[in-house]
Amino acid sequence: MKVTEKDVRYVEDLANLELTEGERGRMVTDLNSILGYIDQLNELDTSNVEPMAQVQSIGSEYAMRPDEPLPSLPHEDALKNAPESDGIFFKVPKVIDK
Amino acid sequence: MIDLNLLTIDATRTAIQERQITSTALTEAFLEKVEQEDGPMGAYLLTCRERALEQAARIDAIADKGNPIPPLGGVPVGIKDVMVTKGVRTTAGSKILQNFVPPYTCTAVARLEAAGAVVLGKLNCDEFAMGSSNENSAYKPVHNPRDLSRVPGGSSGGSAAAVAANTAVVTLGSDTGGSIRQPAAFCGVVGLMGTYGRVSRYGLIAFASSLDHVGPLTKTVKDAAIVLREIAGRDPLDSTSADVPVPDYVEEIGKPVKGLRIGVPSEYFAEGLDSEVRESVERAIDKLREAGCKIVNISLPHTKYAIPTYYVIATAEASSNLARYDGVRYGYRAQNARTLGEMYRRTRDEAFGAEVKRRIMLGTYALSAGYYDAYYLKAQRVRTLLARDFEQAFQKVDVIATPTTPSPAFKLGEKVEDPLEMYLNDIYTVTADLAGVPGISVPCGKSREGLPIGLQLIARHFDEATMIRVAHAYEHARGEI
Repeated sequence: MKVTEKDVRYVEDLANLELTEGERGRMVTDLNSILGYIDQLNELDTSNVEPMAQVQSIGSEYAMRPDEPLPSLPHEDALKNAPESDGIFFKVPKVIDK
Repeated sequence: MIDLNLLTIDATRTAIQERQITSTALTEAFLEKVEQEDGPMGAYLLTCRERALEQAARIDAIADKGNPIPPLGGVPVGIKDVMVTKGVRTTAGSKILQNFVPPYTCTAVARLEAAGAVVLGKLNCDEFAMGSSNENSAYKPVHNPRDLSRVPGGSSGGSAAAVAANTAVVTLGSDTGGSIRQPAAFCGVVGLMGTYGRVSRYGLIAFASSLDHVGPLTKTVKDAAIVLREIAGRDPLDSTSADVPVPDYVEEIGKPVKGLRIGVPSEYFAEGLDSEVRESVERAIDKLREAGCKIVNISLPHTKYAIPTYYVIATAEASSNLARYDGVRYGYRAQNARTLGEMYRRTRDEAFGAEVKRRIMLGTYALSAGYYDAYYLKAQRVRTLLARDFEQAFQKVDVIATPTTPSPAFKLGEKVEDPLEMYLNDIYTVTADLAGVPGISVPCGKSREGLPIGLQLIARHFDEATMIRVAHAYEHARGEI
């Protein structure tokens, strides 16, 4: 087993997820099965191969544009889907529990 | 009276232009058909009657004056529910967006509407487009209209089913690892994915940004060409949309294919391919030979590494993209959490489905300290090898022909317990996403059980024109199925 329950708990924390006990057991099994399959990538020697983060035909030139202010989403519209707001800000529970 | 089951884009447009039917009456007829017939399929998540009838009235006003209606004037379309529509609920098939009403509209949808299309509603899909069977929708599975006991494919299962069942003339889907082409093959319709960057993703709810595409599902290759022409092209709102001229793809329809070189990669006909799919695709390739194409045996040697590469890169990107669902600005929020951290974690656990959590966990793991090089960077290096396979092949051939899927549609429930088995369904489609090259699936036959089979054609970057030309030539040679 590559991935243990302890690893799954650690990754849950990184991903801001909180699995139930049942989900966690299943996750250990699934991740081990999938990672076992992914390990076949190690058959390939890629020491002299550049990593590909983006399709080559798309150049970075497209990312450049004149720096001009354009209209943005009205404040009211941006708050419309908020689970909780006071009309100005998004409201959230306390950040630190005392 | 017009037969709703036989409408293509041109037939619809002509009927409305010549006032055989009004756009309003046609829209009403389609909304009624969805109401009457969609139940057992579950392709629609909602219909947007008001938006549809407003657009229909605009088209009727043009046609009433005797002016030419736009290229998709009055054509009833359905939109995969991963594309945001201003004022119309958009869920991405997820509980976490169950009440989300977007404040803006996806560029591809806006362009279709600007071309006169009438948006009937939003179509069911796997949650965040993650799945190959449409069983991962948080709302309901989609059933394949050709056989209701079978899946329509995924993740654009609703988009494929609606076209197959004629509850829309055209639909939009999205493709990250095969999500347009695979359901098109399973439902017996045409599904087209353009080159990476060809169609704007502005307003497409992100899954894996280096792989996501928007594209059409249609009854005919010509309809796919028309829709691609309307939605393709540079969009200042998407910095990854390419500034490459968009040819009129419709001009490719009917052009000769004599002398074009069609590559047949041995790796796509190896172990694991269903024998009926093989026979059907081989017959399709024979048709292309008879039409004057030169068939060339080629090799794409790294094909077997495509699925493991894809499931590292796609999940890594997804884990980052889905970090935004935190219960703060929109979407579901868990109740009675005492702290912000608890609210984040419980929101995500309660409102994401099992497959989405699995992919977030896998992607987070692959990006975590100590594993980044071994998994994420390794997969990116293998992605380079996969892209080179295509570059080298396209020095020898103009288009590559393969099966779209290893088997026809499987039964609901058949693969849900084994995620790896489900992932292997994408074996012939993920490669084009990883390399960024365009692909199309065209129906090429049926199994003895009557299940559709798809022929996949893949072309060079930004050469959708040749791909469409060959796809249409095949469709024409094939005749009715």
